Amino acid sequence: MRAAFRIDRGAAGRVFGLAALIAAAALASLPLWVDSGVTRLAGEMAYYLALAQLWNLLAGYAGLVSVGQQAYVGLGGYALFVLCGSLGVHPLLAIPLAGAAAAALSLPIALIVFRLRGAQFAVGTWVVAEICQLVIAQLPSLGGGSGQSLTAAVVRAIAAGRTTREMIFYWCSLAAGLAVLALVYGLLRSRIGLALTAIRDSEPASRSVGVDTFRTKLLTYVVVAFCTGAVGGLIFLQKLRISPDSGFGLQDWTVVVIFMVVIGGIGTIEGPFLGLFIYFALRQLLADYGSWYLIILGCVAVFFMLYARDGIWGWISARFGLQLFPVRRHLVRVTPARRASLDDAADPKG
Amino acid sequence: MTGPLLELVEVSKRYGALTVADRLSLAVGDGEALGVIGPNGAGKSTMFNLITGDVRADAGAIRFAGGDVTALAPHLRCRRGIGRSYQIPHPFAKMTVFENLLVAAIYGARRGERESAARCGEVLDLTGLAAKANIPAGTLTLLERKRLELARALATEPRLLLLDEIGGGLTEHETRALVETIRAIRAAGTAIVWIEHIVHALLSVVDRLVVINFGRKLAEGEPQAVMAEPRVREVYMGIPTQ
Repeated sequence: MRAAFRIDRGAAGRVFGLAALIAAAALASLPLWVDSGVTRLAGEMAYYLALAQLWNLLAGYAGLVSVGQQAYVGLGGYALFVLCGSLGVHPLLAIPLAGAAAAALSLPIALIVFRLRGAQFAVGTWVVAEICQLVIAQLPSLGGGSGQSLTAAVVRAIAAGRTTREMIFYWCSLAAGLAVLALVYGLLRSRIGLALTAIRDSEPASRSVGVDTFRTKLLTYVVVAFCTGAVGGLIFLQKLRISPDSGFGLQDWTVVVIFMVVIGGIGTIEGPFLGLFIYFALRQLLADYGSWYLIILGCVAVFFMLYARDGIWGWISARFGLQLFPVRRHLVRVTPARRASLDDAADPKG
Repeated sequence: MTGPLLELVEVSKRYGALTVADRLSLAVGDGEALGVIGPNGAGKSTMFNLITGDVRADAGAIRFAGGDVTALAPHLRCRRGIGRSYQIPHPFAKMTVFENLLVAAIYGARRGERESAARCGEVLDLTGLAAKANIPAGTLTLLERKRLELARALATEPRLLLLDEIGGGLTEHETRALVETIRAIRAAGTAIVWIEHIVHALLSVVDRLVVINFGRKLAEGEPQAVMAEPRVREVYMGIPTQ
Protein backbone atom coordinates (compact mmCIF):
# COMPACT_ATOMS: atom_id res chain seq x y z
CA MET A 1 0.00 0.00 0.00
CA ARG A 2 1.36 3.43 -0.91
CA ALA A 3 1.88 5.92 1.87
CA ALA A 4 -0.96 8.41 2.13
CA PHE A 5 -0.58 12.14 2.60
CA ARG A 6 -2.86 15.09 3.00
CA ILE A 7 -2.45 18.86 3.18
CA ASP A 8 -3.22 20.80 6.35
CA ARG A 9 -3.93 24.51 5.98
CA GLY A 10 -3.52 25.51 9.64
CA ALA A 11 -6.39 25.74 12.10
CA ALA A 12 -4.77 28.28 14.43
CA GLY A 13 -5.87 30.99 12.01
CA ARG A 14 -9.56 30.18 12.34
CA VAL A 15 -9.75 31.57 15.88
CA PHE A 16 -8.05 34.66 14.57
CA GLY A 17 -10.47 34.75 11.63
CA LEU A 18 -13.43 34.85 14.03
CA ALA A 19 -11.75 37.60 16.05
CA ALA A 20 -11.11 39.52 12.82
CA LEU A 21 -14.79 39.22 11.90
CA ILE A 22 -15.84 40.63 15.28
CA ALA A 23 -13.27 43.41 14.91
CA ALA A 24 -14.64 44.25 11.45
CA ALA A 25 -18.18 44.48 12.86
CA ALA A 26 -16.94 46.72 15.68
CA LEU A 27 -15.13 48.93 13.17
CA ALA A 28 -18.25 49.21 11.03
CA SER A 29 -20.17 50.58 14.02
CA LEU A 30 -17.44 53.13 14.79
CA PRO A 31 -19.24 56.27 13.45
CA LEU A 32 -22.09 55.55 15.88
CA TRP A 33 -19.99 55.98 19.01
CA VAL A 34 -16.95 58.16 18.24
CA ASP A 35 -16.69 61.73 16.91
CA SER A 36 -16.22 62.54 13.24
CA GLY A 37 -12.49 63.33 13.63
CA VAL A 38 -11.73 59.80 14.80
CA THR A 39 -13.95 58.33 12.09
CA ARG A 40 -12.10 60.32 9.45
CA LEU A 41 -8.74 59.07 10.75
CA ALA A 42 -10.02 55.47 10.82
CA GLY A 43 -11.25 55.86 7.24
CA GLU A 44 -7.86 57.14 6.14
CA MET A 45 -6.18 54.20 7.87
CA ALA A 46 -8.56 51.81 6.10
CA TYR A 47 -7.68 53.04 2.62
CA TYR A 48 -4.00 53.16 3.49
CA LEU A 49 -4.29 49.53 4.59
CA ALA A 50 -5.61 48.76 1.10
CA LEU A 51 -2.75 50.67 -0.58
CA ALA A 52 -0.15 49.00 1.64
CA GLN A 53 -1.49 45.48 1.01
CA LEU A 54 -1.59 46.16 -2.72
CA TRP A 55 1.95 47.49 -2.89
CA ASN A 56 3.13 44.55 -0.79
CA LEU A 57 1.47 42.09 -3.18
CA LEU A 58 3.20 43.80 -6.08
CA ALA A 59 6.67 44.34 -4.61
CA GLY A 60 6.81 41.76 -1.83
CA TYR A 61 5.45 38.83 -3.83
CA ALA A 62 5.54 39.47 -7.57
CA GLY A 63 8.94 41.20 -7.25
CA LEU A 64 7.58 44.27 -9.06
CA VAL A 65 9.13 47.07 -6.99
CA SER A 66 7.10 49.93 -8.38
CA VAL A 67 7.55 53.52 -7.21
CA GLY A 68 4.86 54.65 -9.61
CA GLN A 69 1.65 53.39 -8.01
CA GLN A 70 0.58 57.02 -7.56
CA ALA A 71 -0.16 56.84 -11.31
CA TYR A 72 -3.12 54.56 -10.59
CA VAL A 73 -4.31 56.56 -7.57
CA GLY A 74 -4.32 59.69 -9.77
CA LEU A 75 -5.83 58.00 -12.82
CA GLY A 76 -8.53 56.43 -10.63
CA GLY A 77 -9.23 59.83 -9.06
CA TYR A 78 -9.47 61.61 -12.42
CA ALA A 79 -11.56 58.78 -13.89
CA LEU A 80 -14.03 59.23 -11.04
CA PHE A 81 -14.25 62.99 -11.63
CA VAL A 82 -14.91 62.44 -15.34
CA LEU A 83 -17.45 59.69 -14.69
CA CYS A 84 -19.37 61.71 -12.09
CA GLY A 85 -18.87 65.21 -13.48
CA SER A 86 -19.18 64.74 -17.23
CA LEU A 87 -20.99 61.43 -17.63
CA GLY A 88 -23.40 61.68 -14.70
CA VAL A 89 -22.56 58.28 -13.19
CA HIS A 90 -23.56 57.81 -9.53
CA PRO A 91 -20.45 58.48 -7.38
CA LEU A 92 -20.52 55.13 -5.59
CA LEU A 93 -20.89 53.22 -8.86
CA ALA A 94 -18.06 55.33 -10.28
CA ILE A 95 -15.58 53.90 -7.71
CA PRO A 96 -15.29 50.41 -9.28
CA LEU A 97 -15.49 51.96 -12.75
CA ALA A 98 -12.51 54.18 -11.85
CA GLY A 99 -10.69 50.94 -10.98
CA ALA A 100 -11.63 49.47 -14.35
CA ALA A 101 -10.26 52.56 -16.12
CA ALA A 102 -6.97 52.27 -14.21
CA ALA A 103 -6.74 48.55 -15.02
CA ALA A 104 -7.38 49.22 -18.72
CA LEU A 105 -4.52 51.74 -18.80
CA SER A 106 -2.25 49.47 -16.74
CA LEU A 107 -2.14 46.84 -19.48
CA PRO A 108 -0.28 48.90 -22.14
CA ILE A 109 1.85 50.45 -19.36
CA ALA A 110 2.80 46.96 -18.15
CA LEU A 111 3.88 45.89 -21.61
CA ILE A 112 6.37 48.80 -21.59
CA VAL A 113 7.68 48.69 -18.01
CA PHE A 114 7.85 44.86 -17.90
CA ARG A 115 10.76 45.13 -20.33
CA LEU A 116 12.74 46.65 -17.47
CA ARG A 117 14.23 44.80 -14.49
CA GLY A 118 14.99 45.68 -10.88
CA ALA A 119 16.05 49.27 -10.31
CA GLN A 120 15.28 50.18 -13.92
CA PHE A 121 11.73 48.91 -13.45
CA ALA A 122 11.38 51.09 -10.34
CA VAL A 123 12.59 54.19 -12.17
CA GLY A 124 10.49 53.30 -15.23
CA THR A 125 7.27 53.12 -13.21
CA TRP A 126 8.11 56.47 -11.61
CA VAL A 127 8.65 58.03 -15.06
CA VAL A 128 5.29 56.66 -16.24
CA ALA A 129 3.58 58.24 -13.23
CA GLU A 130 5.28 61.59 -13.94
CA ILE A 131 4.16 61.38 -17.57
CA CYS A 132 0.56 60.76 -16.48
CA GLN A 133 0.72 63.81 -14.20
CA LEU A 134 2.24 66.04 -16.91
CA VAL A 135 -0.23 64.92 -19.59
CA ILE A 136 -3.24 65.53 -17.35
CA ALA A 137 -1.92 68.96 -16.38
CA GLN A 138 -1.98 69.81 -20.12
CA LEU A 139 -5.67 68.97 -20.53
CA PRO A 140 -7.92 72.03 -19.97
CA SER A 141 -11.03 69.81 -19.92
CA LEU A 142 -9.70 68.15 -16.74
CA GLY A 143 -8.85 71.46 -15.12
CA GLY A 144 -5.25 71.67 -16.31
CA GLY A 145 -2.59 72.35 -13.71
CA SER A 146 -4.98 73.70 -11.08
CA GLY A 147 -7.35 70.72 -11.11
CA GLN A 148 -11.09 70.62 -10.50
CA SER A 149 -13.73 70.19 -7.82
CA LEU A 150 -16.81 68.00 -7.72
CA THR A 151 -20.03 69.94 -8.32
CA ALA A 152 -22.54 70.40 -5.53
CA ALA A 153 -25.01 68.18 -7.39
CA VAL A 154 -22.56 65.26 -7.40
CA VAL A 155 -21.82 65.74 -3.70
CA ARG A 156 -25.54 65.78 -2.89
CA ALA A 157 -26.03 62.58 -4.93
CA ILE A 158 -23.98 60.71 -2.30
CA ALA A 159 -26.11 61.97 0.61
CA ALA A 160 -27.83 65.23 1.39
CA GLY A 161 -26.41 65.75 4.86
CA ARG A 162 -22.75 66.12 5.68
CA THR A 163 -22.84 63.69 8.62
CA THR A 164 -24.40 60.92 6.55
CA ARG A 165 -21.92 61.60 3.78
CA GLU A 166 -18.98 61.25 6.15
CA MET A 167 -20.42 57.96 7.42
CA ILE A 168 -20.79 56.64 3.86
CA PHE A 169 -17.23 57.67 3.05
CA TYR A 170 -15.99 55.87 6.13
CA TRP A 171 -17.89 52.68 5.33
CA CYS A 172 -16.63 52.77 1.75
CA SER A 173 -13.04 53.13 2.98
CA LEU A 174 -13.50 50.33 5.50
CA ALA A 175 -15.08 48.12 2.83
CA ALA A 176 -12.19 48.88 0.47
CA GLY A 177 -9.59 48.05 3.14
CA LEU A 178 -11.28 44.79 4.11
CA ALA A 179 -12.06 43.79 0.52
CA VAL A 180 -8.42 44.27 -0.50
CA LEU A 181 -7.27 42.34 2.57
CA ALA A 182 -9.65 39.49 1.74
CA LEU A 183 -8.54 39.53 -1.90
CA VAL A 184 -4.83 39.41 -1.03
CA TYR A 185 -5.38 36.68 1.56
CA GLY A 186 -7.53 34.63 -0.82
CA LEU A 187 -5.06 35.09 -3.65
CA LEU A 188 -2.09 34.05 -1.52
CA ARG A 189 -3.89 30.93 -0.29
CA SER A 190 -4.76 29.91 -3.84
CA ARG A 191 -2.54 28.27 -6.45
CA ILE A 192 -1.68 31.70 -7.83
CA GLY A 193 -0.40 32.56 -4.37
CA LEU A 194 1.81 29.50 -4.42
CA ALA A 195 3.31 30.70 -7.72
CA LEU A 196 3.65 34.28 -6.44
CA THR A 197 5.42 33.14 -3.29
CA ALA A 198 7.79 31.05 -5.39
CA ILE A 199 8.49 34.05 -7.65
CA ARG A 200 9.18 36.13 -4.53
CA ASP A 201 11.84 33.64 -3.42
CA SER A 202 13.47 32.83 -6.79
CA GLU A 203 12.24 33.82 -10.22
CA PRO A 204 14.56 31.57 -12.28
CA ALA A 205 13.73 28.56 -10.13
CA SER A 206 9.98 29.21 -10.48
CA ARG A 207 10.35 29.21 -14.25
CA SER A 208 12.33 25.99 -14.09
CA VAL A 209 9.46 24.22 -12.29
CA GLY A 210 6.82 25.34 -14.78
CA VAL A 211 5.52 28.65 -13.40
CA ASP A 212 4.56 31.15 -16.12
CA THR A 213 6.20 34.09 -14.34
CA PHE A 214 5.29 36.69 -16.98
CA ARG A 215 1.58 35.88 -16.89
CA THR A 216 1.48 35.65 -13.11
CA LYS A 217 3.20 39.02 -12.73
CA LEU A 218 1.06 40.67 -15.41
CA LEU A 219 -2.12 39.41 -13.75
CA THR A 220 -0.92 40.73 -10.40
CA TYR A 221 0.03 44.10 -11.88
CA VAL A 222 -3.38 44.58 -13.52
CA VAL A 223 -5.37 43.40 -10.48
CA VAL A 224 -3.33 45.74 -8.26
CA ALA A 225 -3.89 48.60 -10.72
CA PHE A 226 -7.65 47.97 -10.63
CA CYS A 227 -7.77 48.05 -6.83
CA THR A 228 -5.39 51.03 -6.57
CA GLY A 229 -7.49 52.94 -9.12
CA ALA A 230 -10.70 52.21 -7.22
CA VAL A 231 -9.09 53.32 -3.95
CA GLY A 232 -7.83 56.45 -5.74
CA GLY A 233 -11.40 57.19 -6.90
CA LEU A 234 -12.64 56.73 -3.35
CA ILE A 235 -9.93 58.97 -1.87
CA PHE A 236 -10.66 61.88 -4.19
CA LEU A 237 -14.41 61.46 -3.88
CA GLN A 238 -13.89 62.17 -0.17
CA LYS A 239 -11.54 65.08 -0.81
CA LEU A 240 -14.09 66.51 -3.32
CA ARG A 241 -11.17 68.07 -5.21
CA ILE A 242 -8.32 66.78 -7.36
CA SER A 243 -5.26 68.36 -9.00
CA PRO A 244 -2.29 66.81 -10.83
CA ASP A 245 -0.07 67.46 -7.79
CA SER A 246 -2.41 65.85 -5.25
CA GLY A 247 -3.59 63.02 -7.52
CA PHE A 248 -0.13 61.88 -8.56
CA GLY A 249 1.64 62.73 -5.29
CA LEU A 250 4.68 60.49 -4.97
CA GLN A 251 5.02 61.10 -1.24
CA ASP A 252 1.39 60.54 -0.23
CA TRP A 253 0.55 57.53 -2.39
CA THR A 254 3.82 55.66 -2.75
CA VAL A 255 6.57 56.76 -0.34
CA VAL A 256 4.34 56.54 2.75
CA VAL A 257 2.99 53.20 1.56
CA ILE A 258 6.48 51.80 0.97
CA PHE A 259 7.44 53.03 4.47
CA MET A 260 4.58 51.06 6.03
CA VAL A 261 5.36 47.86 4.16
CA VAL A 262 9.12 47.98 4.73
CA ILE A 263 8.87 48.78 8.45
CA GLY A 264 6.14 46.21 9.06
CA GLY A 265 7.69 43.42 7.00
CA ILE A 266 7.61 43.04 3.21
CA GLY A 267 6.32 39.78 1.77
CA THR A 268 3.87 39.06 4.59
CA ILE A 269 0.20 40.00 5.08
CA GLU A 270 0.75 40.90 8.74
CA GLY A 271 3.66 43.29 8.03
CA PRO A 272 1.72 46.07 6.26
CA PHE A 273 -0.79 46.01 9.17
CA LEU A 274 1.94 46.66 11.73
CA GLY A 275 3.55 49.28 9.51
CA LEU A 276 0.21 51.05 9.11
CA PHE A 277 -0.17 51.49 12.87
CA ILE A 278 3.45 52.55 13.33
CA TYR A 279 3.18 55.16 10.59
CA PHE A 280 -0.02 56.67 11.95
CA ALA A 281 1.30 56.61 15.53
CA LEU A 282 4.46 58.46 14.42
CA ARG A 283 2.43 60.91 12.37
CA GLN A 284 0.17 61.78 15.32
CA LEU A 285 3.14 62.01 17.69
CA LEU A 286 5.22 64.22 15.42
CA ALA A 287 2.35 66.35 14.09
CA ASP A 288 3.63 69.46 15.89
CA TYR A 289 7.23 69.26 14.71
CA GLY A 290 6.80 70.25 11.07
CA SER A 291 9.37 68.83 8.70
CA TRP A 292 11.13 66.95 11.52
CA TYR A 293 8.32 64.47 11.01
CA LEU A 294 9.64 63.52 7.56
CA ILE A 295 13.26 63.50 8.72
CA ILE A 296 12.47 61.07 11.54
CA LEU A 297 10.38 58.84 9.23
CA GLY A 298 13.33 58.76 6.84
CA CYS A 299 15.76 57.78 9.61
CA VAL A 300 13.44 55.00 10.80
CA ALA A 301 13.15 53.66 7.24
CA VAL A 302 16.94 53.72 6.74
CA PHE A 303 17.45 51.92 10.05
CA PHE A 304 15.08 49.12 9.04
CA MET A 305 16.59 48.76 5.58
CA LEU A 306 20.06 48.39 7.11
CA TYR A 307 19.41 46.32 10.21
CA ALA A 308 16.01 44.66 9.91
CA ARG A 309 15.28 43.97 6.27
CA ASP A 310 12.43 41.61 7.08
CA GLY A 311 10.70 44.31 9.14
CA ILE A 312 9.09 43.95 12.53
CA TRP A 313 6.80 41.12 11.52
CA GLY A 314 9.72 39.27 9.94
CA TRP A 315 11.46 39.35 13.30
CA ILE A 316 8.35 38.29 15.22
CA SER A 317 7.46 35.40 12.93
CA ALA A 318 11.06 34.13 12.83
CA ARG A 319 11.24 34.21 16.61
CA PHE A 320 7.84 32.86 17.53
CA GLY A 321 6.80 31.02 14.35
CA LEU A 322 3.59 33.01 14.38
CA GLN A 323 1.26 33.34 11.38
CA LEU A 324 -2.04 35.19 11.79
CA PHE A 325 -3.08 34.73 8.19
CA PRO A 326 -2.18 31.11 7.46
CA VAL A 327 -1.14 30.84 3.82
CA ARG A 328 1.15 27.87 4.35
CA ARG A 329 0.42 24.28 3.52
CA HIS A 330 1.64 21.50 5.80
CA LEU A 331 2.17 17.96 4.60
CA VAL A 332 0.66 15.42 6.96
CA ARG A 333 1.41 11.71 6.68
CA VAL A 334 -1.71 9.70 7.30
CA THR A 335 -0.60 6.81 9.53
CA PRO A 336 -1.67 3.28 8.47
CA ALA A 337 -3.83 2.78 11.60
CA ARG A 338 -5.63 6.03 11.04
CA ARG A 339 -5.98 5.31 7.37
CA ALA A 340 -7.54 1.93 8.12
CA SER A 341 -10.12 3.53 10.37
CA LEU A 342 -10.89 6.08 7.67
CA ASP A 343 -11.35 3.26 5.17
CA ASP A 344 -13.69 1.45 7.59
CA ALA A 345 -15.77 4.56 7.97
CA ALA A 346 -15.99 4.95 4.22
CA ASP A 347 -16.94 1.34 3.60
CA PRO A 348 -18.75 -0.22 6.60
CA LYS A 349 -19.24 -3.61 4.87
CA GLY A 350 -15.46 -3.98 4.62
CA MET B 1 9.33 6.74 -30.17
CA THR B 2 11.92 6.92 -32.91
CA GLY B 3 14.91 9.25 -32.58
CA PRO B 4 16.48 10.58 -29.39
CA LEU B 5 14.55 12.17 -26.52
CA LEU B 6 16.79 15.24 -26.50
CA GLU B 7 18.83 16.49 -29.42
CA LEU B 8 21.15 19.50 -29.65
CA VAL B 9 22.09 20.36 -33.22
CA GLU B 10 25.11 22.66 -33.65
CA VAL B 11 24.03 24.92 -30.76
CA SER B 12 26.15 28.04 -30.22
CA LYS B 13 26.15 30.76 -27.59
CA ARG B 14 28.51 33.69 -27.34
CA TYR B 15 28.91 36.46 -24.78
CA GLY B 16 30.91 39.09 -26.63
CA ALA B 17 34.29 37.53 -27.41
CA LEU B 18 33.65 34.58 -25.08
CA THR B 19 32.20 31.50 -26.75
CA VAL B 20 30.44 29.32 -24.17
CA ALA B 21 28.87 26.88 -26.62
CA ASP B 22 30.51 26.25 -29.96
CA ARG B 23 28.44 24.23 -32.46
CA LEU B 24 27.60 21.77 -29.72
CA SER B 25 25.73 18.65 -30.82
CA LEU B 26 24.42 16.04 -28.45
CA ALA B 27 21.76 13.35 -28.26
CA VAL B 28 20.18 11.66 -25.26
CA GLY B 29 18.01 8.59 -25.74
CA ASP B 30 14.79 7.90 -23.85
CA GLY B 31 15.69 6.43 -20.46
CA GLU B 32 19.41 6.86 -21.07
CA ALA B 33 21.88 8.13 -18.46
CA LEU B 34 24.55 10.45 -19.83
CA GLY B 35 27.48 11.75 -17.81
CA VAL B 36 29.11 15.12 -18.52
CA ILE B 37 32.56 16.14 -17.35
CA GLY B 38 34.91 18.97 -18.18
CA PRO B 39 37.10 21.58 -16.51
CA ASN B 40 35.52 24.49 -14.63
CA GLY B 41 34.21 27.10 -17.04
CA ALA B 42 34.06 24.62 -19.92
CA GLY B 43 30.40 25.44 -20.58
CA LYS B 44 28.70 22.50 -18.87
CA SER B 45 26.17 24.56 -16.91
CA THR B 46 25.65 26.77 -19.97
CA MET B 47 24.67 23.66 -21.88
CA PHE B 48 21.99 22.98 -19.23
CA ASN B 49 20.82 26.59 -19.41
CA LEU B 50 20.49 26.23 -23.18
CA ILE B 51 18.50 23.00 -22.80
CA THR B 52 16.13 24.49 -20.19
CA GLY B 53 15.76 27.86 -21.93
CA ASP B 54 17.32 29.93 -19.13
CA VAL B 55 19.72 31.01 -21.87
CA ARG B 56 18.66 31.37 -25.52
CA ALA B 57 20.88 29.87 -28.20
CA ASP B 58 22.41 32.23 -30.80
CA ALA B 59 22.39 29.50 -33.42
CA GLY B 60 21.44 25.85 -33.79
CA ALA B 61 18.38 23.85 -32.80
CA ILE B 62 17.22 22.03 -29.68
CA ARG B 63 14.66 19.27 -30.06
CA PHE B 64 12.89 17.47 -27.25
CA ALA B 65 10.44 14.57 -27.46
CA GLY B 66 9.95 15.08 -31.18
CA GLY B 67 9.32 18.86 -31.03
CA ASP B 68 11.50 21.89 -31.63
CA VAL B 69 11.95 23.74 -28.30
CA THR B 70 14.70 26.18 -29.40
CA ALA B 71 12.44 29.24 -28.96
CA LEU B 72 10.27 27.86 -26.15
CA ALA B 73 10.11 29.64 -22.75
CA PRO B 74 11.66 27.78 -19.77
CA HIS B 75 8.33 27.05 -18.02
CA LEU B 76 6.95 25.43 -21.18
CA ARG B 77 10.06 23.26 -21.57
CA CYS B 78 9.56 22.16 -17.98
CA ARG B 79 5.96 21.21 -18.69
CA ARG B 80 7.11 19.17 -21.70
CA GLY B 81 9.27 17.14 -19.34
CA ILE B 82 12.65 18.81 -18.81
CA GLY B 83 13.47 18.98 -15.09
CA ARG B 84 16.65 20.55 -13.74
CA SER B 85 18.66 21.13 -10.59
CA TYR B 86 20.82 24.23 -10.22
CA GLN B 87 24.51 23.95 -9.38
CA ILE B 88 24.09 26.75 -6.85
CA PRO B 89 20.81 25.80 -5.12
CA HIS B 90 17.89 28.19 -5.70
CA PRO B 91 15.45 27.11 -2.98
CA PHE B 92 12.18 28.98 -2.40
CA ALA B 93 13.75 29.94 0.91
CA LYS B 94 10.74 31.13 2.88
CA MET B 95 8.44 28.38 1.67
CA THR B 96 8.52 25.00 3.36
CA VAL B 97 10.35 22.09 1.74
CA PHE B 98 7.00 20.50 0.90
CA GLU B 99 5.70 23.73 -0.66
CA ASN B 100 8.85 23.90 -2.80
CA LEU B 101 7.84 20.54 -4.27
CA LEU B 102 4.16 21.43 -4.43
CA VAL B 103 4.82 24.39 -6.76
CA ALA B 104 6.71 22.01 -9.04
CA ALA B 105 3.97 19.34 -8.96
CA ILE B 106 1.13 21.79 -9.59
CA TYR B 107 2.78 23.94 -12.26
CA GLY B 108 5.35 21.58 -13.76
CA ALA B 109 3.44 18.29 -13.70
CA ARG B 110 0.01 20.01 -13.93
CA ARG B 111 -1.43 17.98 -11.05
CA GLY B 112 -4.26 18.78 -8.66
CA GLU B 113 -3.40 19.76 -5.12
CA ARG B 114 -4.49 16.53 -3.43
CA GLU B 115 -2.81 14.34 -6.03
CA SER B 116 0.31 16.49 -5.69
CA ALA B 117 0.47 15.97 -1.93
CA ALA B 118 0.78 12.21 -2.40
CA ARG B 119 3.33 12.56 -5.18
CA CYS B 120 5.44 15.10 -3.24
CA GLY B 121 5.32 12.90 -0.14
CA GLU B 122 6.76 10.00 -2.15
CA VAL B 123 9.51 12.20 -3.62
CA LEU B 124 10.39 13.45 -0.12
CA ASP B 125 10.69 9.84 1.05
CA LEU B 126 12.86 8.93 -1.95
CA THR B 127 15.22 11.88 -1.45
CA GLY B 128 15.40 11.55 2.33
CA LEU B 129 13.82 14.92 3.06
CA ALA B 130 10.60 13.63 4.65
CA ALA B 131 11.62 14.73 8.16
CA LYS B 132 12.18 18.28 6.89
CA ALA B 133 8.90 18.54 4.94
CA ASN B 134 7.34 21.34 6.95
CA ILE B 135 10.29 23.57 7.75
CA PRO B 136 11.35 26.60 5.66
CA ALA B 137 13.76 25.61 2.89
CA GLY B 138 16.03 28.50 3.88
CA THR B 139 16.98 26.67 7.09
CA LEU B 140 18.36 23.63 5.25
CA THR B 141 22.09 22.89 5.15
CA LEU B 142 23.91 23.09 1.81
CA LEU B 143 23.74 19.32 1.33
CA GLU B 144 20.01 19.28 2.08
CA ARG B 145 19.53 22.15 -0.35
CA LYS B 146 21.18 20.08 -3.06
CA ARG B 147 18.82 17.23 -2.27
CA LEU B 148 15.94 19.70 -2.44
CA GLU B 149 17.09 20.72 -5.94
CA LEU B 150 16.82 17.07 -6.96
CA ALA B 151 13.48 16.58 -5.17
CA ARG B 152 11.91 19.69 -6.67
CA ALA B 153 13.00 18.71 -10.18
CA LEU B 154 11.54 15.24 -9.64
CA ALA B 155 8.22 16.70 -8.51
CA THR B 156 7.76 18.13 -12.02
CA GLU B 157 7.68 14.47 -13.20
CA PRO B 158 10.38 14.96 -15.84
CA ARG B 159 11.12 12.65 -18.75
CA LEU B 160 14.62 14.13 -18.74
CA LEU B 161 16.37 15.11 -15.53
CA LEU B 162 19.35 17.48 -15.67
CA LEU B 163 21.55 17.20 -12.57
CA ASP B 164 24.22 19.86 -12.06
CA GLU B 165 26.89 18.81 -9.54
CA ILE B 166 24.53 17.62 -6.85
CA GLY B 167 27.25 15.35 -5.41
CA GLY B 168 29.79 18.03 -4.52
CA GLY B 169 30.89 18.00 -0.88
CA LEU B 170 29.29 14.67 0.01
CA THR B 171 31.02 12.05 2.17
CA GLU B 172 31.70 8.61 0.70
CA HIS B 173 28.65 7.22 2.47
CA GLU B 174 26.39 10.04 1.29
CA THR B 175 27.68 9.67 -2.26
CA ARG B 176 26.69 5.99 -2.24
CA ALA B 177 23.19 6.91 -1.04
CA LEU B 178 22.92 9.54 -3.81
CA VAL B 179 23.99 7.00 -6.44
CA GLU B 180 21.30 4.62 -5.17
CA THR B 181 18.67 7.36 -5.43
CA ILE B 182 19.69 8.26 -8.97
CA ARG B 183 19.65 4.59 -9.97
CA ALA B 184 16.11 4.32 -8.62
CA ILE B 185 15.04 7.38 -10.64
CA ARG B 186 16.57 5.83 -13.74
CA ALA B 187 14.91 2.50 -13.10
CA ALA B 188 11.56 4.34 -13.15
CA GLY B 189 12.30 5.30 -16.78
CA THR B 190 13.60 8.86 -16.46
CA ALA B 191 16.47 9.87 -18.73
CA ILE B 192 19.31 11.61 -16.91
CA VAL B 193 22.11 13.98 -17.86
CA TRP B 194 24.47 14.35 -14.91
CA ILE B 195 27.30 16.90 -14.63
CA GLU B 196 29.63 15.74 -11.87
CA HIS B 197 33.21 16.04 -10.72
CA ILE B 198 33.05 12.88 -8.60
CA VAL B 199 33.97 10.68 -11.51
CA HIS B 200 33.65 7.29 -9.81
CA ALA B 201 30.08 8.08 -8.72
CA LEU B 202 29.26 9.26 -12.22
CA LEU B 203 30.75 6.19 -13.86
CA SER B 204 28.75 3.85 -11.63
CA VAL B 205 25.49 5.25 -13.06
CA VAL B 206 25.92 6.47 -16.63
CA ASP B 207 25.79 4.56 -19.91
CA ARG B 208 27.74 7.11 -21.86
CA LEU B 209 30.15 9.95 -21.12
CA VAL B 210 30.69 13.31 -22.81
CA VAL B 211 33.69 15.57 -22.18
CA ILE B 212 33.23 19.29 -22.80
CA ASN B 213 35.99 21.89 -23.09
CA PHE B 214 35.76 25.50 -24.31
CA GLY B 215 32.09 24.99 -25.14
CA ARG B 216 33.00 22.17 -27.51
CA LYS B 217 32.56 18.41 -27.32
CA LEU B 218 36.01 16.94 -26.78
CA ALA B 219 35.11 13.28 -26.53
CA GLU B 220 32.06 11.06 -26.32
CA GLY B 221 31.40 7.38 -25.87
CA GLU B 222 31.67 4.42 -23.53
CA PRO B 223 32.70 5.88 -20.13
CA GLN B 224 35.84 3.84 -19.43
CA ALA B 225 37.10 4.28 -22.99
CA VAL B 226 36.52 8.03 -22.87
CA MET B 227 38.35 8.34 -19.55
CA ALA B 228 41.29 6.45 -21.05
CA GLU B 229 41.70 8.82 -24.02
CA PRO B 230 44.93 10.81 -23.74
CA ARG B 231 43.39 14.20 -24.67
CA VAL B 232 40.72 13.71 -21.99
CA ARG B 233 43.37 12.88 -19.41
CA GLU B 234 45.29 15.95 -20.45
CA VAL B 235 42.38 18.39 -20.31
CA TYR B 236 40.54 16.95 -17.36
CA MET B 237 43.26 15.69 -15.07
CA GLY B 238 46.13 17.84 -16.25
CA ILE B 239 48.22 14.83 -17.27
CA PRO B 240 50.36 15.94 -20.22
CA THR B 241 50.37 13.80 -23.32
CA GLN B 242 53.73 12.25 -24.05
